[in-house]
Amino acid sequence: MPVDPLLEAHEVARVFPGGGWLAPRPALRAVDGVSLAIAPGETVAVVGESGSGKSTLGRMLLGLDRPDEGRILYRAADIATRDGAARRRFRADVQVVFQDSFTSLNPRRSIAGSLGVPLRHNLGLGRAESQQRIDALLERVGLDPARFRDRLPHELSGGQRQRVGIARALASNPRVIIADEPVSALDVSVRAHILRLLRDLQREHGLACLFITHDLGVVRAIADRVVVMYRGRIVEHGAAAQVMSAPAHAYTRTLLAALPHPVRPEAPP
Amino acid sequence: MTLLEIDSLSVGLRGTLLVQHVSLRVDRGETVGLVGESGSGKSLTAFAVMGLFPSPDLAIRAGQIRLDGVDLRTMSPRQLRAIRGAQIGMVFQDPSAFLDPLMPVGAQVAEALRIHGRASGAAAEALRLLRLVDLPDPAGIARRFPHMLSGGQRQRVLIAAALAMRPDLLLADEPTTALDATVQAGILDLLGRLQRELGLGVLLISHDLAVVAERCTQVAVMYAGRIVETGPAAALFTAPRHPYTQGLVRSTLATAADAKALFGIPGRVPSPADMPTGCRFQPRCPLAVELCRTAPALTPRGDVRADACWRSHDRIDAWRDAG
Repeated sequence: MPVDPLLEAHEVARVFPGGGWLAPRPALRAVDGVSLAIAPGETVAVVGESGSGKSTLGRMLLGLDRPDEGRILYRAADIATRDGAARRRFRADVQVVFQDSFTSLNPRRSIAGSLGVPLRHNLGLGRAESQQRIDALLERVGLDPARFRDRLPHELSGGQRQRVGIARALASNPRVIIADEPVSALDVSVRAHILRLLRDLQREHGLACLFITHDLGVVRAIADRVVVMYRGRIVEHGAAAQVMSAPAHAYTRTLLAALPHPVRPEAPP
Repeated sequence: MTLLEIDSLSVGLRGTLLVQHVSLRVDRGETVGLVGESGSGKSLTAFAVMGLFPSPDLAIRAGQIRLDGVDLRTMSPRQLRAIRGAQIGMVFQDPSAFLDPLMPVGAQVAEALRIHGRASGAAAEALRLLRLVDLPDPAGIARRFPHMLSGGQRQRVLIAAALAMRPDLLLADEPTTALDATVQAGILDLLGRLQRELGLGVLLISHDLAVVAERCTQVAVMYAGRIVETGPAAALFTAPRHPYTQGLVRSTLATAADAKALFGIPGRVPSPADMPTGCRFQPRCPLAVELCRTAPALTPRGDVRADACWRSHDRIDAWRDAG
């Protein structure tokens, strides 16, 4: 029973012009003919290394960058042709969690201040309502409102900042969350907490989640489906368990082989 | 043959001890792993070995660091400078930060030679080094500027520069953290090969226990400024005894037996200004008992392993009940 996709990329391409003054460079097809769909309640991972085009694809899905070819569809309508109200709706419905919440949070604004922005702009809440909602959001991501409301980003640990980043994404009651390397800047022992929070939120709200990651560990832990990108193209896609256990494409096998094998078969027990 | 011996090292920032009683040994031809998360003191330990701290407020408070039996703490700054680079090579996480953007990389490797008094034939030797680190077309690469190279190539250049004076010891602090997984494997393979072929002692510092366990003979795990467990890499990974090490193994997504369980260690690393009394992991530890308010020393368990836990003799998986 395929559910209707919420967000879709349809044969999208993003071409960065070549040029170069002394040494001419050819145009770069950073994303090249990529199609992808995410349905409510589903977690899709886009895996690839730097330069694979995965983040460019993410930016296009967020409407932060426009495809040169193809279309991005939200609820079956092209996001490029939306008018004011639909555009605002898209902006509220499709939210992002970045890798480094330190650079994506205003360093001079308190945590409550940062969370208040989407509440006012996307939901049009008043001051008192906002305050209540901010506390509820902080509570939901596991931060004590009384302790964290008035803090500044630099006073928080990496894990706490990422929780704030998630709370901010959550503030607009989104339907889609695009997370670009949400845990790669975090300590190993903290990663699982953040991924679990994202998974729980996804289940609670039936969110469609897209994880952009280079980390196959994250894929193992959280993804239903996986899409492997290499040089702008999708080279393999399928159910996460399937792709991880029986990779069909040589590049996927290379990625899997690069995972650490801390205990080799010949190692003594 | 012991190359580097750190004996009960403590490093302080003004009144606070950030590294406490750390002892480590690296032999020639051996790669030793030092694993810890942010704030564990692993990088400070490396800085102490080099005698270089990122802030003038940091200083060695106690302990000894011996290189080939010579105590580095008794040396003058001038003697230390001669040893750095000549006997100790260093590689860091972000190679771009250590390369001059306006100088071809070959010249930068040659500069490392000149600084240490090897001016004649420096350019040719630089080419030999670039070849040694498996860079394709070393002569072509030597003429390029850092921005024209990939992250993995830059790291190879930095390794070449670190090897310029044929050091005995290589300190590698998160050498692959900023790199792609497939590139990471290549750099670690290179470090392994250099260690074998040149008989280097390597101290590999990382936050990733799985990476370190794969590449090292011995591993030490640090938490909040202290070593909590040491042992052969495979044993530490398959049968960790300290609850912190057990938690780290379990939270390693790439290798965890049940990655979908999404295990993370509850609580957070204590801040140096507010260290718990006794065992520093005790507030987060499911096995903690009254005794844990007294600090356990790193205690040998058998010939090759040691841990700093009062409860480790019970051989309990501290997180067996964790969801």
